[in-house]
Amino acid sequence: MKPDAVTDTFTGDRGLQLEEPLIFEQDAPGRCAVDLPEPPKVAPRLGKLARRGPIGLPGLSEPQVVRHYTRLSQKNYAIDMGIYPLGSCTMKHNPRLNERMARLPGLGDAHPLLPERAAQGAFELMDRIAHWLKTLTGMPAVALSPGAGAHGELCGMMAIRAALDDRGDTRRRVLVPQSAHGTNPATAVACGFTVDPIPADAGGRVDLAAFREKLGTDVAAIMLTNPNTCGLFERDIVTIADALHEAGGYFYCDGANFNAIVGRVRPGDLGIDCMHINLHKTFSTPHGGGGPGAGPVVFSEALAPYIPLPYVVRDANGFRLVEHDGTGKSFGRLKGFHGQMGMFIRALAYMMSHGGDGLAQASGDAVLNANYILASLKNDMTPAFPGTCMHEALFDDEFLKGTGVSTLDVAKAMIDEGFHPMTMYFPLIVHGALLIEPTETESKDSLDRFVAAMQALARAARAGDAARFSEAPRFSPRRRLDETAAARHPVLRWKPPAPASEAAE
Amino acid sequence: MRYLPLTDTDRRAMLARIGVPSIDALYEDVPATARLKKKLDLPDHLGELEVERAIGGMAAKNIGAAGVPFFIGGGAYRHHVPASVDYLIQRGEFLTSYTPYQPEVTQGTLQYLFEFQTQVALLTGMEVANASMYDGATSAAEAVMMAMRITRRNRAIVSGGLHPHYLAVARTHARFLGFELDAGAADPEGRETLAAKIDENTACVIVQYPSVFGQLADLRALAEACHEKGALLVVAVTEIVSLGALESPGAMGADIVVAEGQSIGNALSFGGPYLGLFAAREKFVRQMPGRLVGETLDADGRRGWVLTLSTREQHIRREKATSNICTNSGLCALAFTIHLTLLGEEGYRRLAALNHAAAVRLADRLCAVTGVTPLNQSFFNEFTLRLPKPAAEIVDRLAERRILAGVPASRFWPDDPALANLLIVAATETNTDADFEAFGAALAECLR
Repeated sequence: MKPDAVTDTFTGDRGLQLEEPLIFEQDAPGRCAVDLPEPPKVAPRLGKLARRGPIGLPGLSEPQVVRHYTRLSQKNYAIDMGIYPLGSCTMKHNPRLNERMARLPGLGDAHPLLPERAAQGAFELMDRIAHWLKTLTGMPAVALSPGAGAHGELCGMMAIRAALDDRGDTRRRVLVPQSAHGTNPATAVACGFTVDPIPADAGGRVDLAAFREKLGTDVAAIMLTNPNTCGLFERDIVTIADALHEAGGYFYCDGANFNAIVGRVRPGDLGIDCMHINLHKTFSTPHGGGGPGAGPVVFSEALAPYIPLPYVVRDANGFRLVEHDGTGKSFGRLKGFHGQMGMFIRALAYMMSHGGDGLAQASGDAVLNANYILASLKNDMTPAFPGTCMHEALFDDEFLKGTGVSTLDVAKAMIDEGFHPMTMYFPLIVHGALLIEPTETESKDSLDRFVAAMQALARAARAGDAARFSEAPRFSPRRRLDETAAARHPVLRWKPPAPASEAAE
Repeated sequence: MRYLPLTDTDRRAMLARIGVPSIDALYEDVPATARLKKKLDLPDHLGELEVERAIGGMAAKNIGAAGVPFFIGGGAYRHHVPASVDYLIQRGEFLTSYTPYQPEVTQGTLQYLFEFQTQVALLTGMEVANASMYDGATSAAEAVMMAMRITRRNRAIVSGGLHPHYLAVARTHARFLGFELDAGAADPEGRETLAAKIDENTACVIVQYPSVFGQLADLRALAEACHEKGALLVVAVTEIVSLGALESPGAMGADIVVAEGQSIGNALSFGGPYLGLFAAREKFVRQMPGRLVGETLDADGRRGWVLTLSTREQHIRREKATSNICTNSGLCALAFTIHLTLLGEEGYRRLAALNHAAAVRLADRLCAVTGVTPLNQSFFNEFTLRLPKPAAEIVDRLAERRILAGVPASRFWPDDPALANLLIVAATETNTDADFEAFGAALAECLR
């Protein structure tokens, strides 16, 4: 503890809120939490490259290590603890069956370079999840290897580039709605495209007139999220797809919000050419504090020849992994090995648990829950757009006007109420956006409690109880953190304290 | 449907408040032609037991690493992971938390990532490290692109000892971004001379250490040659345990170090999810891709951590971002940092010594087999052998005897007949004397 820290207790701990120093501050040289045998005596063959000098890793015992990470874990909010309504992130329950399946002997300890005959079950599993994804999306081909949603975007847009290159077409302009995730424009540029934003209409959807105006034979693709980041289904999507195809462009659908429609609508019926699927959103693989994700991409016939290596095929001898392209059309490799197998296993366990029937019920419940929140809060907060929504309810900060309370303040006050905040200030097209995605995981009781708390906060803001917001959060492991200072003088790693003599200078 | 809490009574009450007759009515914005009229051809929901049976059946068709003599490496390695690692990473507070965008309630994730960044910087001998990337191969490609941004040059020289997957991923990016990769032929014996290729257009040289064939090379002269021409040295490490025994790339003058971190804490899992490590000199930090955690103070003056320097990232910079990457490999980074904390200085170095000793003994045993010749003078825990027959054939025959013998070079380079007889073999602390003997004896029989 710093001596000048504001704290009410001697230790700095507050009941179950326990302070925890860095591992480097718990070091005792020579201490070790594993018992490894003495290495056998051999004549080393490291050339002249044997490491000289210490690395600087701290030494702890096993109980200290277990305690350290247990204490750290208790500083986190998690979907296992309560509603985690981060819009567009889809924080749904992560079944533990999935974890068990990923660790089965034969899967968890399968090496990616096993001889083909020794990996038939692994290929079968990849083939099985590919079948589910193709059936659910109504698309004929899938690339499993992308490591996350943004990696899937890259995969889809690279396939589009490859298809354009293949027909000798140099068009490079990509239309991206202003409501898109930041990854969309970043991805387009990473594939050598230029980005041309298209505005939203007053209803939160792509402005069809603006789209038509921007459409031309130099447009390579559109990157459209559907349902979009305002939580709305793009009604004109088929019209957009037809017009785009007419002009010779390709349709990249960002499938981040596929969880709203899975089992009810097949994106393949909407005229898209490719779409990534975040297995960690729609199919419940754990977010793990920011990853690992998995972002398989489904493709239309037009783009199927260009999908990345490797992929699994089946012939008379069983399954086979194609790692080297015979046709020369594949755009190449995106990742080491074959993709996020551990996530395929978890997602497949989830798909099989829900079945086709349960997936449709899950997406319906997710949309029902979001609309229940929208309907319940429409009088206390201000919906960004009229009408119903899909899987997430979007509000603007109009209801906070004149209160001195910002969207950020509301988020921090929610922390004090025991909730993780919703997504804030995204999408960018809505002022002070509050984007709430409850997912199908929440019970009605949980939603009612959340709604009541949000109503109380909205009323407190209007009643002028500004301190409740500006001081928030008061009860979390840390209060508001100084992000400006962190960026101005970056401290990105621990360093040993300077010796006393230097420190005194 | 055990994951769905709403009852039909709940659904009716909720629909009434919304003012619509059915859930289907909430989908009215979907073009009627696109609304599914009938059930998809997929099986209905299943209980846990049935799911376990089905997936267990697929698992049983593979040969896992546990329980057989196992010598496959090639960028993913079998190591013993202490029991507490898997227990701790499955704590729901870690497993089911999101990216730490609200730092007040995600200090747990932020603190372990700060510790992780420090550990990675220490291992690689670099000044800063990010909070992780997808895997080693994608990290390597990102490092090459970062070198292009820093030097404003567009050519990279690639060692013939770089893992072919790493090269292939970089090639994919090169194709679409229009930069040049000068990749040498596969270099099994570690004889290439890269310094002569460096010129004023060279952004970086990328080498693997130890090489994909297990070769070790002192990188100091190469680093100097790079720096003389204003180029950067990028070093890729596929077996991070090696840095417990070997001089760090940073100490030899590397500017960016990338690595596959799977070996520490993470399962083989048929190739993923793995853990990309990414470290660099501090002066390059604003050109780094990926998330960074930094130290700061909260409103009460207490130390805490936040995501920082996000003006490099796509959610702020959009089309001007340093990379399109949004996630890291958070949970894999957690497994890595827990395992490394359990090991500590002493355990990590001893683990490396055990790996090296195992490989030395395996090399001695296999080189005693008639017709087998070693290609490496030096190595860490992986080396290359020349067999008198095509290695792929021998690997298949040994697999039939449930010995997983290594990676035939032809798996990576199917079109190069000069490499057809080369076998890349790895040994780790998990191998026993009985494994070495079984491999040696079976190899002798297959070659007879």
